[in-house]
Order: sequence, then structure tokens, then C-alpha cells
Amino acid sequence: MKVGVVTFPGSLDDADAQRAVRLGGHEAVALWHGDHDLRGVDAVVLPGGFSYGDYLRCGAISRFAPVMTEVVEAASKGMPVLGICNGFQILCESHLLPGALIRNHHRRFACVDQRLRIENARTAWTGGFTEGQEVTIVLKNGEGGYVADEPTLDRLEGEGLVVARYLGEDPNGSLRAIAGITNERGNVVGLMPHPEHAVEDLTGPGTDGLAFFTGLAVAAFA
Amino acid sequence: MARYLVDVMPKPEILDPQGKAVHGALPRLGFEGVVDVRQGKRFEIEVEGEATEARLAEVRRMAETLLSNPVIEDYAVRVGETVA
Repeated sequence: MKVGVVTFPGSLDDADAQRAVRLGGHEAVALWHGDHDLRGVDAVVLPGGFSYGDYLRCGAISRFAPVMTEVVEAASKGMPVLGICNGFQILCESHLLPGALIRNHHRRFACVDQRLRIENARTAWTGGFTEGQEVTIVLKNGEGGYVADEPTLDRLEGEGLVVARYLGEDPNGSLRAIAGITNERGNVVGLMPHPEHAVEDLTGPGTDGLAFFTGLAVAAFA
Repeated sequence: MARYLVDVMPKPEILDPQGKAVHGALPRLGFEGVVDVRQGKRFEIEVEGEATEARLAEVRRMAETLLSNPVIEDYAVRVGETVA
């Protein structure tokens, strides 16, 4: 499968995301924020970092990058899109996912090996997990507090759209301990932790993140 | 040239860690009786021509689409002074 990884000015984890895509058994295709072109990919990863310097709000300017027009259109047709950290923020600013991410409640940058519970294993990106599975994946963010109004939070929980939840001590003030969510169709997933940093024993807390890439399924969502 | 002012504030129900940090610092500097601090942003936008309702409506659209995120922020738009 061809998986595109978008590089914005200020992206940090695009190379790691490409590597994780390859370790997951796919071809990684570099996509550029300034191009109106997805280069024929089957899925897209929006990586972490500080795109456009996080000026104004995280993801606010990236949302209007030329490539995002194509990403939003492809996502609406069912293409799997995974937004990690800054990518999650971009997905929320693009209205592909509800809610927003604000500064951590403790006002410090969080960088921890985070325990998570996978709540939804039916998305395009989480089919490699079992529901209720507990995993450890790197979490590193300054603005990772997930917020939405109460009706939205109730809907996300009621419809099973929460993909992952934080376990243990609250790392960033996210409402209802939400670490990741998906859309109704299950093709768009936003995740604050970084599965691309948990794909090799040598360089991370383990390989729990790899299943996000090996489990990528396109057919059911296209 | 007209200047338009856009104030963007976190919604009252949204946690404002920056405001809290400022609130925490003020008593340390000897300022007493501060009950709350909220931190927002102000944009000063200069636009060609005189201030008009149509231009103001356009600035409002700027505020809605880019300058604020309606999920977490409220905005207010007004006309500022004329710029020479």
C-alpha cells in the first residue's frame, strides 16, 4: 500500500513516520504541503511537529496548506488519514474531527512513555489491536489537552468514536482522558501519542505503535 | 486606511493555562486581590479604504475562518482609528 506522509514547514516527525510506514510493510511516499497532489497514495499520515511554527494556534495555518484541500477531499471519500500530535491538531482545525487541543493543564511539555487503552479497534488504523488492549506509546506534547463541549464528548463516547484513552496519571488535561478519536466512518483518526516512535525496541519504549501501521486497512473504508 | 480590531478570547468554560500562569505570578509581585486572569489575543488589521460595513463583515469572516477557533474561542470585531 502507498502511504503518503505530509511534510509541512516545521514538521519534525515526518521521517520517523515514513520509517514506521515502511516497517509496517507499506511504501512511504513523501508529500509536500505546498502541492495540490497526493501522488496516488492510498492513505495519508499527518505527522507531528510544529507546523508553521504553531503560530496563531496549533494546526490553524496548516489547515489552509494546498495539500490539505486534497487531504480533506480524499478523507471525505473514505481515504484513511492518521493525524499524530500536530497532525491531530490539524485534523481538528480542518473540521475532519470534532473538538480542539489546548495547552497542557500543567503548563509544561509532557514527554513520557504513556500507557493507553485502545477503545476502538474498528478504525482503518486500529484493526491490528483488540478492544481494551493496553499499550505503551510515547507521548510528547505541549498542547495536547483534548477539549470539546459536553454534547460532543457524550456523542464521541456514545458512538464509540474514542479510539484511545490515557491510563494512570492525567498527562495533559484531556477531557475524559481522550488520547485519540475517529470520525463516524472510521477512516480518519487523530492521536496525540506518537506510535511512529514505538516501532523498534532500540529507539523507543517497545513496538506497541507498529500495529497502527501494520493494521492499516483501506478496502473496508474506501 | 482603516484599522479593524479583532479580540479573541478563550471561551469562559475552556481552561486557560496561560491566564492561570499570569494569575499565579501577580501575587508574587505584590499585586493583591486579583480574582482571575484570562489571556487572549488582539489582531490589528489595516485594510485599504475607509471603514465600511462590508469591510467589517469581511473582517468578521477572517475572525471566523482563521483568527479564532469557534470550538474554544470567542471573538469580537470593531473598527479602530483611521490610519494615516
